[in-house]
Parts: sequence; C-alpha cells; structure tokens
Amino acid sequence: MTKKLHWILPGLMALWVLSSMRAPKERTDFNSAEFGRLPVLLNGRVQPLDSVAFNALLQMRGTTSVPLEGNAGRGAAWGDFLALRDQFPGTLEERKWWQFTKHPKRLKPVSWLLEVAYKPELADNRHIFLIHHPELISELKLQNQGVENSGLRYYTFNELTNHFEVLEQQTERIRKIDPQARTPFEKSAAKLHFSLGLYHRLRNSFRHERSDDPAAQLAAFEKALVPGVEAARNRENGVDYSKEDLDALIQPLEQYDMISRVAYPLIIPPPGSDHSRDAWSNLGAALLQAPRAGMLHPATRFFASLASSFRQNQPEKFNKTLSEYGEWLAAHSFGSEVQKGRREFAFNQLQPFYKCMVIYVLALILACASWFNWSETLNRTAFSLLTFGLVVHSGGLLFRMILEGRPPVTNLYSSAIFVGWGTVVLGLVLERIYRNAIGSVVAGLVGFITLIIAHHLSMDGDTMEMLRAVLDTNLWLATHVVVITLGYSATFVAGFLATIYIVRGIFTKSLSRETAQILGRMVYGIICFGTLFSFVGTILGGIWADQSWGRFWGWDPKENGALLIVIWCAVILHARWGGIIKERGLMAMAVFGNIVTSFSWFGVNMLGVGLHNYGFMEAVFQWLTAFVVSQLVLIGLCLLPEKYWSSFQAKDAPAGPSPSRSSGPGSYDPLPQPTGK
Amino acid sequence: MRAIKAAFKILSSLKLTVVCLCCALVLVFVGTLAQVEQGLYLAQARYFQSFMVYWSPSQGGLRIPVFPGGYFIGTVLLVNLIAAHSVRFTFTKKKIGIFMVHAGIILLLLGQLTTELFSIESHMRLTEGESKSYSENGRRSELVVIDPSDPTSDEVISIPESRLKSNATIDHPRIPVTIKVRSYFPNSRLSRRAPMMATTPPPASHGLGQTIEVAAVPPTVKMDERNLPSAVVELVGPSGSLGTWLVSSVLEDFQEFEVGGKAFKIGMRFERYYKPFNLELQQFTHEKYRGTEIPKNFASRVRLKNLQTGEDREVSIYMNNPLRYGGETFYQSGFDDKDPRVTILQVVRNPSWITPYVACTLSGAGLLVQFLTHLIGFAKRRKS
Repeated sequence: MTKKLHWILPGLMALWVLSSMRAPKERTDFNSAEFGRLPVLLNGRVQPLDSVAFNALLQMRGTTSVPLEGNAGRGAAWGDFLALRDQFPGTLEERKWWQFTKHPKRLKPVSWLLEVAYKPELADNRHIFLIHHPELISELKLQNQGVENSGLRYYTFNELTNHFEVLEQQTERIRKIDPQARTPFEKSAAKLHFSLGLYHRLRNSFRHERSDDPAAQLAAFEKALVPGVEAARNRENGVDYSKEDLDALIQPLEQYDMISRVAYPLIIPPPGSDHSRDAWSNLGAALLQAPRAGMLHPATRFFASLASSFRQNQPEKFNKTLSEYGEWLAAHSFGSEVQKGRREFAFNQLQPFYKCMVIYVLALILACASWFNWSETLNRTAFSLLTFGLVVHSGGLLFRMILEGRPPVTNLYSSAIFVGWGTVVLGLVLERIYRNAIGSVVAGLVGFITLIIAHHLSMDGDTMEMLRAVLDTNLWLATHVVVITLGYSATFVAGFLATIYIVRGIFTKSLSRETAQILGRMVYGIICFGTLFSFVGTILGGIWADQSWGRFWGWDPKENGALLIVIWCAVILHARWGGIIKERGLMAMAVFGNIVTSFSWFGVNMLGVGLHNYGFMEAVFQWLTAFVVSQLVLIGLCLLPEKYWSSFQAKDAPAGPSPSRSSGPGSYDPLPQPTGK
Repeated sequence: MRAIKAAFKILSSLKLTVVCLCCALVLVFVGTLAQVEQGLYLAQARYFQSFMVYWSPSQGGLRIPVFPGGYFIGTVLLVNLIAAHSVRFTFTKKKIGIFMVHAGIILLLLGQLTTELFSIESHMRLTEGESKSYSENGRRSELVVIDPSDPTSDEVISIPESRLKSNATIDHPRIPVTIKVRSYFPNSRLSRRAPMMATTPPPASHGLGQTIEVAAVPPTVKMDERNLPSAVVELVGPSGSLGTWLVSSVLEDFQEFEVGGKAFKIGMRFERYYKPFNLELQQFTHEKYRGTEIPKNFASRVRLKNLQTGEDREVSIYMNNPLRYGGETFYQSGFDDKDPRVTILQVVRNPSWITPYVACTLSGAGLLVQFLTHLIGFAKRRKS
C-alpha cells in the first residue's frame, strides 16, 4: 500500500485538470459558453470571442476574471462590492489569500464581455480598470473609490467618467513623449487611457451602445433599404423624393457608421465564397455595405437578435439564435472557423500552464522537504507529480501547436513555456538517474519560474499573434528556434543545479561530499548537452539567416546572444579539461551561465536594434537586473573559501576523494562517471 | 630552441584557449551593446572586423588600443587550435568527434574571414515596370561625370565619395574641368527652395542647386536608414570658373554643363555594380494580416532577362525564398513606406557562402558523435 502512496497527490491533480475539461457551469440561463465559442477575427487570426474577452481583460485588469465580492471596512464585512461600497467607501478589498473559506463570485471573461456588449449599465460598475500608480490615483482624486488587492487598485467605468477631461489632458501631453522615455506615472496614465479606449470599442462592437432594441432597429433598416436608396437616388438627380424614406435609412446608418469606426473584433464573416477567407468585417462595416448590396449580411441579423434577446432577458431566444447562427456558419463553409473557436475555447478553459505552475510548486516543496527528512515517499510523490505536470505541460504545448498550426516556439511567451518544458524534461531525466530529489527540485523550480515569466509575458495581449513575414517559416521555427530554446533550458538547469550546490553547501550541512560530486557530474553533463544544443541551434540560425537575408552571420544582437552561450559553454568545458577549474569553479561558472543565457533570451530584446527583436518590455529590465545581481551574489558566495561552507566544515563528513578530479591538459576524457550504484 | 619550445607550449595550451574564449565573450558582449549607440555597421567594423578595439578620448585624434579585436582573437584561436592539434593530438577513434568539431571551427573561422574580405552587399530598388542591370551600394556614393558624345555608349567617369572632402580639388585626365569641392555633406536633406522666404543665397549658381536647399544632417547609424550625401562643386574650365553645381545622391537627374562647346553631365549616385543581365519588376505584393499592421508576406515577381544566354523567365522572390543567379543571391529585403509599387532587393555576392555549411555540418556532427559516444558509454557503465 505504501508503495502506491505517491500516486495520491498526482491523482488529485489529475481530477482537477479533468474537471476543467467539462463545459463550465452556467450561473445564468444564457448559454454564455456557446457565445464564447463564436469565431471572430482579431489580430489577423480567427479566434473565439472567449479569447477576445480573455485577452482584453488581461490587458485592462491584469487578471482573467472579475471578482464581484470581497471584504469591506477593513474586514468588518464581506459581500457584494456594489452593495457595500456606499457604506464603506474606499475600503473595499478583494479576498485575502488566507481567507480559504471565502469563495467570491467571479465573472468569467465571456460573462463579462456579454455585460459589456449588451448590458453596459452592469459592466460600467465592474472594477476592471487597473491603476497602479499612486500619483495618478490622487491626481484623479480616486482614493475613496475602487477595490484594492495587494496594493493594486481597480476602478469601475462609472468611477472614472468624471475624470475623462483630466485624463485626456494628461494623455495629450504624454502622447508626444517617446514611450521608452515616459515616467511610471505617464505610463500608468497612458495605460488607463488605452484601457478606456478598449472598453469603449468593446462596448460598441456588438451593437451601438445607445441602441436599445437592435433587432427591431435592423428590421426597420432592412425595410427602409429599397425605398431609402431610391429616395437618395432621386434626391441626387434633383427629382422629388420621400424624406421619410431617406431618414429611415440614414438615421440607423449614422449609428452603424460609428460602430464601423470603433468596433474591436471583426465579428461578421466574409460575405461569400468569392471573398478571401480572412475578409471578415466588423458589424458596422458590414451594415454600411447593405444599401449598396441591397440586402443585409445574414450574420448581422443573428447578432442583432442576440443583442435584443439579451437586453430583453429572453435566454431561450438568445440560446436558440446562438445555435442557429452556429448552424448557419457550418452550412456556409465556415466549419473550420467554428471548430477553431470551439478548440481554442476549450484550451482557454483548460489553462494547462496555470495548472502546471501549481503542480510544479507542489512538487518543488515536496522535493525540498525530502532533503530534510529523507522520506522516500515525499521524493517519489514529487517525481510522480512532476511527471504528471510534464504530461499536462506537453499536452498544453501540443494543443497550442495544433491551434496555431506552428512549431512550439513562435514568440517570447511561447519560448518561456518551452524553456520550462525543456528544464522539466532534463530535471526528470536527472532524477531518474540519480534519485536524490535534486533533479526534481530543479525541474519544479525552473518549471515554475519560467511559467511565471510566461504568465507575465501574456499580459501584453494575444499570445497566439500572427507571425511577421520574416518568421513565417515552419521549417526554421521547428529546427533553429526549438533547438536553441532547449539550449537555454540546459544552461538554466546547469545554473540552478549549481545554485543548489552553493546554497546547500554554504547554508546547510546537507551537502555531503558524495552529493557534491554527483552535482558536479550533473552540471558537467548538462553543460555538454547545452553546448551541443546551443551550438547546433546557433548554426541552424546562421543557415536560416543565409537563406533569408543573404549572410550566414551578421553580428545581429540575437545572433550574438546565442554565440555568447556557445562561447561560455566552450569556456567552461575547456577550463575543466585544462584543470583550470575544479568542482566549485565549475559551479560558479555554471551560475554565470544563467546570466549569459538570460541576457541572450531577454537582454538583447531590450537593445532595440537588429532584425530579431520581437518584443520590448521595460518591466522585464528591472527583473533581469535583479536576477543578474542575485546570480553575482551567488557566484561571490561560491568563491568563499571552504572554511565558510557549513557542509564542508562538518568533521563527520565522509572522507571521500578530493572534490574534483584534475585532469591534465589535453585529456579529453570526461563525461559523467557512473555512480556505481 | 628552448624558447621556441616554450612559446609553442603556450601557443598550444588549453589556458590560451580559455583566455581567448573569455576575450571573445567580452568582445561579443561589448560589441553588441555598442550597437545601440553606433549602429550595427559601425560596431561591427570597430569590434569584430578589426585587430584592435580603440578608445579615443573625446578630444584629439588619439587612438588607444584597449582590447583585442575580432580578427586578433580569431587569429590567436586559429593558431592555438592548429598548434594544439599538431602537438597533443593523437588521432584515436575516441577523439574523432572532438577532431571534427575543431576542424569545423577552423573552417568556420577561415570562412568568416573570407566572407568579410570578399563578400559584396548591395541592393536593387525597383518600381513596378522598371528594369535594371545593376545594384547599388547604399553605403557609398560616387561623383559621376558623363560624356554623352558617343551615340552608342556613354563614357562614365566616377570619383569615389571618399575623395569628396570640403575644399578638395579633383583633376582627372578624361574630365575637361577641374572639380573644386566647395562643401560636402556626408548626410543631407534637400528641400524645395522658397525664394520669398530664403534669407541665404541658393547653394549653387547653376542647375538644380538654384531651386533646391540643402541642409546637413548628422550621419545616421540606424539599420533602416542610410546616409544621403550631397556636395556643392565648382567646375573650373580652361577659361575660368563655370559656376557651382549642387550634386546629391537624392537627385536622380544628372545636370548638364558645357566646356568648349561640348556638353557633359554631372551628378552623384550610389556606387553601382553592373550585371550581365536585367531584372524587371512585374509586380510587388505587400500583404498585412487583416486588421493589423503585421506584415504577412512580401513578394516580388521579377522577369530575368539575360541577353548573352538568351534566358528569359519569371521568378518569384519572397521572404525565405531568394533568387540565386550568376554567383549572386537576391533577397526580398524591404519596401518603400511611401510607394507601394517599390521593392527593395538585397544583393549579395559571397564566394565563400558554402564554407559555413560545410563547417557547421562537420562541427555539429562532431559534437553529436562525441556526445552520443559518451552518453552510450555512460548508460552502459550504469547498467553494469
């Protein structure tokens, strides 16, 4: 029985993952999930409305759901924010992390989008606008409003309406400043302005915000089409015309014109098979075409009906229209788009990488704990958890690849996901060989960190954005990018193995000479692996560059970044072969490898030159600096004389062989010697 | 003899390898950072295509060597590798992987050197319907005097931009005038001269310089910009000054002048590389993803005509799909923001383009062999 114990936790996790595969529970009678599956075109790609809502919410609020309940009056009350806010102004807070018994109601992205689209009177009271700069909050006099969560404050549209003028003035000034030269205050103001703009666009994407019954309006517009066009023609020709007919046509057109200018997703599919597959248009643009075409695009009728039935609280009609629209799409050769919408919706529900993050943290804690009491069950549970995490991680990667029709790495976000995947694979391989929880700790730690990084990168917006023309080649993405990213994984694994060596060696007595030696072999082996992948990856990159730009090597920053990793790996290997470094030297150099790799991965994107840079993030710069400093501290610690190392002072340490083998120059022998277990 | 042996020992030592690699690491890092300020082209020349990296104090022409440059490190590494292999290496089956890796790296270093020495990069800018038999070097201009008197072919005399310093005097036996450079602008902007507003005299007394204003602009180092040089030259014939002319790489039309009753043309243009064939742009397509500014595809459909071989065919050039012809490769490199009918092709002549392919295959295979033999050995030992 105890042999099976280590499967309990992974089993629970599996249940958790499987539970999110079912269709989400509806809190209303409206089939919001089906609405979330509807395919639309945004950022140049077909995606479900759920992704539109998900990414918009992430950009505006930084979270993927909107909490409706929480604390008020410094813990005096708990309940619906709207009900409490007059009684306890300025003290609303989201659930604290220790309030495990509280389960606040939350709006999922689609439910929120439905409100924004059809019931803005509700949406305008949702706390979705994040303002993180205190000066901006005081400038807009918002101290006594909004909801707080760990120092961040969220506001409703209604709370901000009085401050548009101030914000507009600020934005007018800020717009002239180079985005990179803006102060945090200015960035915060510009971000808020952007969020408000996005909200306005979403509100006018599915109907005009002041149109109460879009279906009736559309029906009247359709009736007015023929007489209205005739009246317009008559007027142009100077003949008598019916002003009534003309007005019936023009009045709704004014609203449609507004929609055509501001609408965000393109929700109306191409009008016929003679149009290109991506010739989607927004609702307004499609309706503006009606007078010329002499008829309505059928999809506009479905959307008008959805809007009216939602506003009039007729869930049955709403759901019926949804399924009719689905059938219409399928019957008009949009089957693949419908399928894409359903699949991506399922992917959004699954959130595989978020789940991996939780699983990896658990595994990390268990594996670390196993060092202190040497419990085999803990270690095995960590290993089983990581294995299950890897299955979910791989599944998520595959799912993404199918959705995008691309190799795993297409942008910075997916590179973080893939680096994490690579480190977990390497960590598990090490754990399988050595069974000392070290591989598990590295897998859990680096897996978790990289997924956190990926999560923060996803705040920029759509993570499945289209690839610019230069990168639009699956052959090179599948070879060069994948191989080089695995090289990153390897150098990070080596660096974190060395971190474990240093931390355990200096601060604890748990690093025996034997473990130290094993760590030495692990680091060495992984660096060999890293050298192979970085070198081959860099070469493949050169060949791609030769194919695309006509030179094998152009000293472009991203190329140089890759070269730095190769050179550094070569330095480590040659220094070790030459006996210049021993065990601790190897560790210090492996930690430095973390710096080199993080520069290559993120640093070069901040230089803002070169053909390769695919994303500029300022916040990342601070994190990168912090990381580099922390690694330098580690290197400094590693260089401390042995007498400061807790583990090596211990007199009762087994008198093993000296901590490293010094091999004479030119003896190109090593790869890890077997432990001989 | 002992000294030579000692020197050889140092040259072939692993320590030297490590030192060189560390220097390379620093150089690549610093050279990458320097690109922000100096631009890719200049930083490349200063750090990687040089024997020494110099530091100049802000004033004065002092150049102090502070760090070994790319050529220096490359050469030492090359010598080190070859020396190490000749001294220490005994060729065994076990080391075949290492040997392949190093052979590949030697080839790679040599290949990169020949590339930097012999490759020529230029570009070809074509508007739809236009046909050209030459590409241009966007980094170097030339002053050109044309003698159109022969009806069958023009005689073209070109003077490299490097000779156009302010106050320089240029004499050429085939040019009947002396060219005095009044002013020279390495980078400039031209604008139409508004006579009512202008407070200074026009830049030149003859030709286009009477109606066009020229202003100096700081030379650019950005990847996506280029310098547009201009100059004001005075032409002095046997019977005295003929006046001044404004020449510029921006001005496509050449300007006429007369000496002794004979007409000549003068102008400035980017240096040209002529080819024995013509490329005519038939269509340029530049697609963006719907609803975004993300470029989806650039493609140039060109017609290749070679009068010597009688070849006449259509070729499509697009991203990741260049045209290789006549020892040159034509890549889709850019477009014109203002004119959707314009394509910009990059033209590269690189006689040693094949070496990196061979070198990399060799090294990559070597690494793989080495890694696999160790891995298999490791697995075997663990099993037993």
